[in-house]
Amino acid sequence: MTTSTLPEIGSVEPNQHGYRSFSLGKFAFARDEYFAYIQWPKGHHLMPVDAFLRALQRDIAWGFFYGIVNFDGVIGTLNHYGTVDLFAGRYNAHYRKAGLDYVENFKTPLIQRVFEAMLDDWTNATFDPFASPEETGTAFGPKNGNNKEAITRHRVTAKRMVGAPGDEPLRTDDNGFPVNRGFGDVPQDAPDLKPEPGFEDEVVAFNLFAYLSRSDVTWNPSVVSVCKNSLYCPTTEEYILPIIHGNDRVEWFVQLSDEIHWEVEDRETGAARARVTMKPGDVAAMPADIRHRGFAPKRSMLLVWENASPEIPALIAQGKLPTNPVQF
Amino acid sequence: MHQYFTRFGSLERYEKGGVEVINDDPRNYVFSNIFEVASKARPYEKVAVGKNLEYVIEAIRAEGTSEWRAPGHDEFALVMDGEVEIRLLKLDNPSVVPPGTHGSVALKGAPAGRKMGVVRARRGHMTLLPVGAAYQFHGNRPGVVLLQTIAGKDTTERWADICQK
Repeated sequence: MTTSTLPEIGSVEPNQHGYRSFSLGKFAFARDEYFAYIQWPKGHHLMPVDAFLRALQRDIAWGFFYGIVNFDGVIGTLNHYGTVDLFAGRYNAHYRKAGLDYVENFKTPLIQRVFEAMLDDWTNATFDPFASPEETGTAFGPKNGNNKEAITRHRVTAKRMVGAPGDEPLRTDDNGFPVNRGFGDVPQDAPDLKPEPGFEDEVVAFNLFAYLSRSDVTWNPSVVSVCKNSLYCPTTEEYILPIIHGNDRVEWFVQLSDEIHWEVEDRETGAARARVTMKPGDVAAMPADIRHRGFAPKRSMLLVWENASPEIPALIAQGKLPTNPVQF
Repeated sequence: MHQYFTRFGSLERYEKGGVEVINDDPRNYVFSNIFEVASKARPYEKVAVGKNLEYVIEAIRAEGTSEWRAPGHDEFALVMDGEVEIRLLKLDNPSVVPPGTHGSVALKGAPAGRKMGVVRARRGHMTLLPVGAAYQFHGNRPGVVLLQTIAGKDTTERWADICQK
C-alpha cells in the first residue's frame, strides 16, 4: 500500500515537554526528554532520542540512501527510489515470527517532509546530530530552541571532482571548515600544479586527505569524484555509525586512515555473520545481502565506494546478479 | 588539548586487519590491503583491489616511469604513498582511444599532442586524469596510486592471491 495523500505534519500544540507529535500513515511519533516513541498498528517501540535524531538526520540527508537505513534493530526505512518503506520489525527475525512487523510505503516527498519537520522540532539548540558525541551538546531535556543550521547542511555531491572548475569547492578556514581536532597532524599541502598556458582549468588536483580532515560531520558519505556510475564517497568516522546500513547492492570500503571495526549481520534477520577490522590501506566489500554498523575509536578517514547504477537492486533481488562482487 | 595521531599506511609500514567469521565465508568480503598488493606488484601493474560490476579500483605501484596511457573516460588517481609526478598531454588524435573503451589503453611511445602540464602529487592528493588526454606517471622512489576507473584489458585480477580466504 502506498500512502500518497498529504499527511498531517504534526500536532499543532506541543506536549508537556515542548515537543510536537507526528503521524505518517499509521505510524505515530512522539518524544519526551529522553526518548522517541514510535507506534504502529501492531506494536510500539522507543529509542534514546539522541540515537533516533542521529539516524533521522542521516536518512534525510542521504535521501534515504542505498537500500535500508535501520535506525536500530526494529525501526527503519527501505528506499525504492521514488517511494520509501517505513517499517517496524520487518528486518527482525523475532518480530517477524511473532507477526508484529509492519511496513507502509510512502511517496518519497511525503516521508521526507514529515521526517524533516520532526527533525527540526525535536533537535534542540544544544545538539548537532551530525557531530561526534565529543563535539556536541545534549539532545535531552525539554524543548530548547532549534539548530536549523546544523540539520540543513549542504551535502557535497561533486559532478566530476571536488576542486574542478564549477564543481564543489575545497574546504578552508575561510569558508568555515577548520581542521578537525582529530586530524591536527594531517598535512595540508596542496599538490604542485604546473599547467601549461591554456590548460589551467584542465590540470586539476587537490589534497583529499586535507579536505577530509576539515569535515565537520561524521558518518556522512559525500561524493568527491565521479567515473560514470562509480562514486567515491569518502567520509570521516568517529564513535558509532548511527544507523545499521542494509545493502541493496555491493558497497566497498577503503580504509584511508586509522581503524574501524564493522559488525556484519544478515540483512533480513539480523543474525551475526562476521566482524571486519579495517586498518589503513585495507579494502573490503560489503555484500548485497548484509547489514553493517561501524565503530571508530578515533576519527578516521573511510572511502566508501558505490556503484550508483539504478538497475542493480532489482537485478540482485531477482537473482540476476550475485550478492558478492567477486568469485574466487 | 589532547593530541591525536593519525595513522596512514605505506609500502614500508602497513598492518592489516581482517575478517573474523561468525557464520560466513571470508571470501565474500574480498579483503585485501593496497600496500601489500603494491609491495608485491610490478611497477605500474594495474591490480584490481575492488570490483563493482564493470567498475574497478586498482592498486598501482608507482616506480620509475610508466608508459603513456589514455583513458576512455575520466579516471582519478589518488596517491596513497610516496610522491608521483603525473604528466598530462592533450592528444592530437583522440581516436587512438577507440570509442567505448573501458579503462585506458597503452600508447606506443610518447603520443602526439600538446603538453597540458604536470602535477606533483603526494600522499592524499587526488588528480583528475581527463578523457581526451594521455598521462604518464613517474616516481623516483616506489609509491602507491589508487586508481578509480573501469576494468580494461590491462586490469589484472588475481583475487585468490591477494584476498583473505
